[in-house]
Amino acid sequence: MAELNAFITEETIEGADDGPLAGTTVAVKDNISTEGVRTTCGSEMLADYVPPYDATVVERLTDAGAEIVGKANMDEFGMGTTTETSAFGATRNPVDPDRVPGGSSGGSAAAVAAGEADLALGSDTGGSVRCPAAFCGVVGIKPTYGLVSRYGLIAYANSLEQIGPIAPTVREAAALLDVIAGPDPNDGTTREEGADSDYAAAADGDVEGLTIGIPTELFEGADEGVVETVEAAVADLEDQGAETVEVSLPSVEHAVAAYYVIAMSEASSNLARFDGVRYGHSGDAEGNWNDTFAATREEGFGAEVKRRILLGTYALSAGYHDKYYEKAQDARAWVRQDFEDAFEAVDVIASPTMPVPPFELGEGLDDPLKLYLADANTTPANLANLPAISVPAGESDGLPVGLQLVGPKFDEETVIRAASAVEN
Amino acid sequence: MSDTSDESEDAAGDGAPGAAAAVDPEEVEHVAELARVDLDDEEVATFAEQFADILDHFEALDEVPETEREEELVNVMRPDEVREGLTQEEALANAPDSEDGFFKGPKVS
Repeated sequence: MAELNAFITEETIEGADDGPLAGTTVAVKDNISTEGVRTTCGSEMLADYVPPYDATVVERLTDAGAEIVGKANMDEFGMGTTTETSAFGATRNPVDPDRVPGGSSGGSAAAVAAGEADLALGSDTGGSVRCPAAFCGVVGIKPTYGLVSRYGLIAYANSLEQIGPIAPTVREAAALLDVIAGPDPNDGTTREEGADSDYAAAADGDVEGLTIGIPTELFEGADEGVVETVEAAVADLEDQGAETVEVSLPSVEHAVAAYYVIAMSEASSNLARFDGVRYGHSGDAEGNWNDTFAATREEGFGAEVKRRILLGTYALSAGYHDKYYEKAQDARAWVRQDFEDAFEAVDVIASPTMPVPPFELGEGLDDPLKLYLADANTTPANLANLPAISVPAGESDGLPVGLQLVGPKFDEETVIRAASAVEN
Repeated sequence: MSDTSDESEDAAGDGAPGAAAAVDPEEVEHVAELARVDLDDEEVATFAEQFADILDHFEALDEVPETEREEELVNVMRPDEVREGLTQEEALANAPDSEDGFFKGPKVS
């Protein structure tokens, strides 16, 4: 188990005796609060932080009978595509230990792929559930914004992130979503949707008559082996009675830039709370509040977190706010509009989840932009608040390839149904 | 990173690697000060280089048309009722330093 480094903390939290998840083990990403069990966000800053309460999703897991087996490794504060920015060391991909498991929920996906947990929870701000699911050859769902409570999720970029399930099969991921979905008075962004869901029943593998949109923008520039594998999986859905239609999403060319500007801006504000006074690492520097604060943050945060806080501060600063932040909000609205238009004609939109196969360990660490660009296909669903799933499409050169399906708002059933047919 | 108008001029689709305008290390230091994050000299140099590439990519946002942002958002309210919160002990449990039931921080000036 130590070899993969899938867990930051291995501690058991028992669930109720009965329930839909009785007898099931679950790994929980380490940015989701567990009462009495340390929750580090993969950061030195929170290495000793022990939450005084449970996240809503943790309560729902244990009420449903699940046994939590540990807190899964992750990129620091969810900022990364490889799980290499964790202060607790990189997680390895169970399929090929010289490669990354993807990120930021890499520990969650690796634990499920290696059988160290039956199921897992991750969080997805720009692809952080779907990317590691694709790289490790398992299923991951990013729910519609507002379907799952974020109460107790330590915030990175609130307007984008959702907690989502990771599982070996579509049906198991859907069943876990059934447990965590639905309104929560402690998260005002949740809605009534999901209250009495039966997403698991939608995993019936029936795509007869389903219309699948194929956006050229999300295939162009992707790795050849990845594209071939995804196209073969789509052709298989056609053989099962689905119809494919080309759709155009011109806005998605700007998704990565818009996503990073918005996420970094929100992060710069959210992470201002880490001052070493109320919780977290505290520096010993002498001097006034500002000096001590800055020294604490220098010591507690890793490079990627500093990079995003600084760029977010810059994007929001006087003179640049309109140029970056306002334009990013325009791009976000444009992406949303593009998807709405496309869903007039199609039921779901298919693409590779990741445009590339899993990176080798260390491959992208010196080139942050290269890693950001790998989020090209996942960030649009976060910007548009839409449900998306990554399901294994096959292998290319012995490495897993994920097929992503995006659906209309709160239409989790359709993406789950379509994804379950990929498994046929 | 220094002059907005200059950057907009060479923005149109010019995202080729190496075409990035250099970012002044002093500006990295200035933003780090605003964000209350100390950096060592090596970090400043690395960030200056990386920020040039990243900001160059963000330049493409200049091509985005102004878009209607209407969303069906409603305020979510609840009655303002007294509920149980954390005890003082629980609230202070993670504090690096506390005194007489208060958080203890560094001096303000």
